[in-house]
Amino acid sequence: MLLGPSLTVSVILFSLGVAGVLFRRNAIIIFMCIELMLNAVNLSFIALAQQLGREGQVIVFFVMAVAAAEAAVGLAIMIGIYRHKSSLNVKEINLLRG
Amino acid sequence: MPVSVGWVWLVVALPFAGFVVNGALSFLRPDAKRAVSTVGVGVLVLSFLAAVWVASGVFAAPPHGHPYVVTLWSWMPVGALQVDAAFQVDQLSTVMMLVVTGVSALIHVFSVGYMRKDPSYARYFAYLNLFVFFMLILVLGASYPVMFVGWEGVGLCSYLLIGFWYENRAFANAGKKAFIMNRIGDFGFLIAMFLIFQATGSLVFTDVFEAAPQLFEVGGTTITLITLALFLGCTGKSAQIPLFTWLPDAMAGPTPVSALIHAATMVTAGVYLVARSNVLFAMAPVSSFVVAAVGAATALFAATIALKQWDIKKVLAYSTVSQLGYMFMGVGVGAYAAGIFHLTTHAFFKALLFLGSGSVIHALHHAYHATHSHEDAQDMRNMGGLRRYMPWTAGLMWVATLAIAGVPGFSGFFSKDEILAMTFARGHEAVGFYVLWGVGAIAALLTAFYMTRMMLYTFHGPNRTGADEERHLHEAPWVMTGPLIVLALGSALGGLLNLPAVLPGAGWLHHFLEPVTEGSAAYLPELHLEHGTEWTLLGLATLIAALGILAAWQLLKPARLLPAREAPTESGLQKVLLRKWYVDEVYDAIVVRPVMWLSDRALWRGVDVGVIDGLIVNGSATAARAVGWIGSRLQSGRVGMYVFFFVLGSILVLRALLR
Repeated sequence: MLLGPSLTVSVILFSLGVAGVLFRRNAIIIFMCIELMLNAVNLSFIALAQQLGREGQVIVFFVMAVAAAEAAVGLAIMIGIYRHKSSLNVKEINLLRG
Repeated sequence: MPVSVGWVWLVVALPFAGFVVNGALSFLRPDAKRAVSTVGVGVLVLSFLAAVWVASGVFAAPPHGHPYVVTLWSWMPVGALQVDAAFQVDQLSTVMMLVVTGVSALIHVFSVGYMRKDPSYARYFAYLNLFVFFMLILVLGASYPVMFVGWEGVGLCSYLLIGFWYENRAFANAGKKAFIMNRIGDFGFLIAMFLIFQATGSLVFTDVFEAAPQLFEVGGTTITLITLALFLGCTGKSAQIPLFTWLPDAMAGPTPVSALIHAATMVTAGVYLVARSNVLFAMAPVSSFVVAAVGAATALFAATIALKQWDIKKVLAYSTVSQLGYMFMGVGVGAYAAGIFHLTTHAFFKALLFLGSGSVIHALHHAYHATHSHEDAQDMRNMGGLRRYMPWTAGLMWVATLAIAGVPGFSGFFSKDEILAMTFARGHEAVGFYVLWGVGAIAALLTAFYMTRMMLYTFHGPNRTGADEERHLHEAPWVMTGPLIVLALGSALGGLLNLPAVLPGAGWLHHFLEPVTEGSAAYLPELHLEHGTEWTLLGLATLIAALGILAAWQLLKPARLLPAREAPTESGLQKVLLRKWYVDEVYDAIVVRPVMWLSDRALWRGVDVGVIDGLIVNGSATAARAVGWIGSRLQSGRVGMYVFFFVLGSILVLRALLR
């Protein structure tokens, strides 16, 4: 596996995730973009683990566990918001505006 | 030092013990009037006896050069400033001690009758005892700070007793007025003390007066400033121009208080201060002339006001201001013994006049009380013919009137004449002294006139109290007339203390006080008059007194006077005099109103509300809110924006890390 292309893919995926979080309004899609960023980071961990030792592979498992937990909590919040607002548009979720 | 002089602290401690006991009784047993009278009067009688004992020691072995100083403890040992709690017993303080304790004891006895029905009887005697305590500290203190303690203490007691009936707002205000005007004078006293300490390094009388001739040059700036500042203190305490307006208002207090504090003792403290500091004043001829001139001006000015007052106590109050002016004239021209002589005789006859007016007011008050009338018990227009109801009071007050008017043989004649003669004797130095003498002579004429007027309207002619009230008028009880008799003896015979030089046995008090005033003698011209001149002046004084009395007798018609509620309003000069030359109004316009305006508009609304509340307290809150508002704008509630900043921040951090 080539390091350069792997990291390139990782950067592209991460940038797509960032762009999605920044510009999309739907909370579900933002959530998916966050997952995308996490997996982009996972990819770079795997790629770099080949040269820097195996600890990177271990960290990937941690990240996946955290992502699973996050998905459980995050989706529960989404459902709560949807029940409350009948919408998942983040522009309308602004109760904490100063 | 004679053994008895060492016990001088007892004279001071007794009234204080009375204050403690009566003060406690006023809280614990306000109704125990018998106990309060016993303690209140008892300590004063004992104090007077102790004073006589101390004085006997002084008479037996008069101190020469160095006065007897009784040191109790070290009070303020601060570096160069060494002040002891010490009493100085010399000829001057002995005279003052005897006058203070003697007159106070008599007035305490009188008060037993006068205040008998007052609910705050114990509080009254507690204050009165405390006053005597402080007054004795004032006259016996061996240094300026100790004297100042007494000086402030009597001011406090004066305030407490003027506002004794504090439920009455006007009375409480009169107390405040007295206190504040005294504070203006006290400021002068303090400045003088600072200057004296700076110049001489001591505040003890003996040190200061011994060092003064070496340290100061006659008529120098420092000594002039010191004495003028001291005199400012005197004008406050002794009610001289310009700070005299508090004394007539001080008549709001009970009448025995007016007799004791505002006639016989406290207000003479200024005269005592000048006489005590005679070395300093003699070295400052300008200040001394200011003292004499202010005294003469006050004597005349107050006498004109007294001509037209209807309130019997106001007449006596202005008369007191006027007589204090005479005393300052005396000490101002360097006749210190004459000033103290007039102080002594004045203590007798003015205390007598005030206590007599107290008896009159007491009688009228009871008469009006019996008929539930609300007429003014102090207005002379409501009196008249009272000699038929209270012959003792009338007779005894006539003795005092003749004394103050300067009828030959009575005490006031000799003391007033001596002051005028001494002023006249200095006329060859500067024509200003002749002017002062002339002013004093006119004031003497007015004094005779207004005192006769007061007696005529009060005791002669028909009675104007009212038909129903008349039968309730009665002579005061013996506990009140008794002290009057003693004071009348003093008023009649007090002149024997210091007869004029032309008579045998002359000038006893003058010679007695010589050791005290000898330090100043070197700076003063020999005050000596030819026998012919002296006889002429005596004759002139007699003529003035006779003229004043006869003029009043002839011009005033008590029979035509109407009671206060029917009396027509005055106009022209009469009104100006009745309203006291509008001095209070002028002070109100140039001092009180600007100060009120400054406090109200500038200090309250401007500084307090505007700067402190507005700018500092509310301003800091507003500033915090403004900063918070700016911060809150960042919390837009748009998640995208948060993430944008987060990413932006991350990129910046990464850039910084990867550099």
